[in-house]
Amino acid sequence: MSLLEIKNLSVTFSGFRAVDNISYSVDKGEILGIVGESGSGKSVSSMSIMGLIDHPGIVTADSLLYEGQDLLTMPEKRRRQLTGADISMIFQDAMTSLNPCFTVGYQIMETLKVHQGGSKSARKVRAIELLDLVGIPAPESRLNVYPHQLSGGMSQRVMIAMALACDPKLLIADEPTTALDVTIQAQIIDLLVDLQKKNNMGLILITHDLALVAEVADRVVVMYAGQIVETGIAEEVFKHPKHPYTQALLASSPESAIGKSRLAALPGVVPGAYDRPVGCLLNPRCPYAIDKCRTEEPGAHESPLGQVKCHTPLTIEGRPAA
Amino acid sequence: MSEVSNNAPVIELRPLTPLQEFWKYFSTNKGAVVGLVYIAMMIFVAVFADLIAPYSPIEQFRDALLQPPSWTGGYLLGTDAVGRDILSRLIHGARLSLFVGMLVVTLSLGIGILLGLVAGYYRGRIETVIMRLVDIMLAMPSLLLAIAIVAIMGPSIVNASISIAVVSIPHYVRLTRASTMTEMSKDYVIASRIAGAGPLRIMFNAVLPNCLAPLIVQATLGFSNAILDMAALGFLGLGAQAPTAEWGTMLADARQYVQSAWWVVTFPGVTILLTVLAFNLMGDGLRDALDPKLKQ
Amino acid sequence: MFQFILKRLGTVIPTFFGITLLTFTLIHMIPGDPIEIMAGERGISPERHAILSAELGLDQPIWKQYFSYVGGILQGDLGNSLVTKKPVVEEFFELFPATVELAFLAALFAICIGLPAGIIAAVKRGSIFDHTVMGVSLTGYSMPIFWWALLLMLVFSVNLGWTPVSGRIDVSLWIDHVTGFMLIDSLLSDEVGAFGSAIHHLILPSIVLGTIPLAVIARMTRSSMLEVLGEDYIRTARAKGLAPWRVIVIHALRNALIPVITVIGLQVGILLSGAILTETIFAWPGIGKWLIESIGRRDYPVVQGGILIIATLIILVNLLVDIIYGVVNPRIRHAK
Repeated sequence: MSLLEIKNLSVTFSGFRAVDNISYSVDKGEILGIVGESGSGKSVSSMSIMGLIDHPGIVTADSLLYEGQDLLTMPEKRRRQLTGADISMIFQDAMTSLNPCFTVGYQIMETLKVHQGGSKSARKVRAIELLDLVGIPAPESRLNVYPHQLSGGMSQRVMIAMALACDPKLLIADEPTTALDVTIQAQIIDLLVDLQKKNNMGLILITHDLALVAEVADRVVVMYAGQIVETGIAEEVFKHPKHPYTQALLASSPESAIGKSRLAALPGVVPGAYDRPVGCLLNPRCPYAIDKCRTEEPGAHESPLGQVKCHTPLTIEGRPAA
Repeated sequence: MSEVSNNAPVIELRPLTPLQEFWKYFSTNKGAVVGLVYIAMMIFVAVFADLIAPYSPIEQFRDALLQPPSWTGGYLLGTDAVGRDILSRLIHGARLSLFVGMLVVTLSLGIGILLGLVAGYYRGRIETVIMRLVDIMLAMPSLLLAIAIVAIMGPSIVNASISIAVVSIPHYVRLTRASTMTEMSKDYVIASRIAGAGPLRIMFNAVLPNCLAPLIVQATLGFSNAILDMAALGFLGLGAQAPTAEWGTMLADARQYVQSAWWVVTFPGVTILLTVLAFNLMGDGLRDALDPKLKQ
Repeated sequence: MFQFILKRLGTVIPTFFGITLLTFTLIHMIPGDPIEIMAGERGISPERHAILSAELGLDQPIWKQYFSYVGGILQGDLGNSLVTKKPVVEEFFELFPATVELAFLAALFAICIGLPAGIIAAVKRGSIFDHTVMGVSLTGYSMPIFWWALLLMLVFSVNLGWTPVSGRIDVSLWIDHVTGFMLIDSLLSDEVGAFGSAIHHLILPSIVLGTIPLAVIARMTRSSMLEVLGEDYIRTARAKGLAPWRVIVIHALRNALIPVITVIGLQVGILLSGAILTETIFAWPGIGKWLIESIGRRDYPVVQGGILIIATLIILVNLLVDIIYGVVNPRIRHAK
């Protein structure tokens, strides 16, 4: 049984499908990378796992199973017991994600109090332990510090400490390093991967940094316009992308432009609510689009190592087969 | 990889003119439209008061004292204690209230903008002086200060208008100064400065047009405040003097008839309330339509 | 924090002197000869004129007059009433408790209803409750309170007979002036039912005076709450699996109240100007009624002194609000 198994999840905002029938799963001890441009639905899908989608957003799914229990059908109270404890999440901008009115210690201990109870002193000991775990020096003295007194990297460490408070089995990290300096980025990712290995957690790493996913993820999900266009073993996907979109993404990453005079860029933008094309959603931007792509939505082609949603999947040479 | 935002998916075939765009946002606020219609009607009534009002506002019908409202009795909203037609007085009062509102807003807006621009443009000592003055005036309850000014200059409609105008200046100064300071740091102002534009040109051609939006909103609210404060001064006997038809003064005269003639108390009050409400509704709508932060 | 208070104090003192300059100027703006105007239509003999002139220091150069005025203020001397001959300060503080009592209850009324209404409206954004709160509060904000007072009086005092029309306590009761606060003095007195009567007399004036602050507080609370509910840290709180009430009451409210506190502080000025109208209508023997009557009697020292004290009190309240603001907002408390 997978730790998390999503079947046909959709999130709709007043008629617009921000997430469109996606399915994926995460196992214990596995790192799943989800990549895509802004607006591809990667954040929205993870927010729906946490139950953070508000009216007017509507979340539907055949099933949203966490350890075999459906998060969507279970009572609200039971679900809250899981969120923040068994499944937790860290966000893009740690500086604004911490409540400015409360101390770091209060915010960490609050999670402990709500989910585990216990004595105040025990909670304090655990909070210090957590701050130490995420590499914050002099953790005792940091308990009484307010978020605005912390740097961005420190804030993100506190967020991680808070997310790890109840030893979650699944951690969702939504672009955890985007708002940070490059040097700090690597530290935070190292810390996350380290902790993931130590606790044998499932980790969903949402990012648009392909190099990062290639480096740390076991499997990868590539999203475009709310749909999953390709899934597979991370290494395989990056070496031999089968979907034109994945190929374009890889080509446009700065690392792949080394030695070339220009950075390749995919023309156009992700379609929004009012300009969704007929057929394959990528067809206006796809260099390989054929007539079929403009009329018929492709199904998912299964392969031993993953899936690709394309009429003309690319071969190992990086060109359409036909 | 390029970060591409798709926050604005709306396809517009032809860009809207600023006025069309404004109307699009303004008209979504139903309350604001209602307020606008009410104000338009009031302006119409005020302009043609002589033609619309059934009687003269100061003519006393000695045989019809405190007549209750009736469709057939000739006095639609009744008469007051000295036999004046309440409807006619209300209609002429509308003219006065609008006049006062206009006078107050023009005066305070003009002076406020001037001081605010100077403070925001020149900064330094002159700014300190102006802003300290503003702080002092804001420390006083505006009605109290207005009362004090009228008490000293003598009660009359013009003195009351001046006093209300004086006490509302600080709000405009603050707003203008704040926007001026924001605009002054923008590249286009620096560019026109480098191009050799003089202070007056920068202040009035570059900066002012770009900080009009909050001023327009504040001016609308200033209108409703002026009407309310004038009515309060009139009620205290410090505004319009008898026999001028002014809403607040009408209420003051009506106080002793609270128990016997509800109409002399009710109608002027309702008129003040509705008029002030209309301006406030419109102010809310204007803020929503003009504030770019809320536009998305 | 200490530095923050010192810094604020530094701006309060010049403002105070600015206000003395303003009240001084106001009196000197009276057109014509102040003594003749004070004397009114009866006229005044040249000898009496000279005596009064010397008494009021009007024969001195203007800057000297100002300095002796400020000197007097610093010693607590705001001059004497022309009518009662009593010191203005004494008269003020005799009547002040009545106004404070009224303003306090009005503020209590406004906060107790305005805060919850604004919070619920924000949480249930777009609901019928939200629309009702917004509609009612905009109406309240636009209300001419002198008319509102008459209307409530008409309904509750005249038609229903539930509340008294005016005054602080039933005329048949005799209450000793101990603290000046009727709610306290009535409890201390032996008169039966005095406290109930005092409460009874306070209800309508408090509602009238509290109406505009209520509307302002409700609107401000709602918009502040809406802004906070959209913040990232609210998402974090929900992601921690906290119950909805905890997210709203602990995480959102604490932040949303910070701007609301400033707004509540600003209501003190509104309450004091509103008191002028409310006290006049309900024959409430406070400073508002006192000031209006003094204006009618051309008792200029009272007008001048009254305005000065009120403005000073408002600055002090604003200072207090700023300090409270600093205490609840850690970003200011820890600022260097």
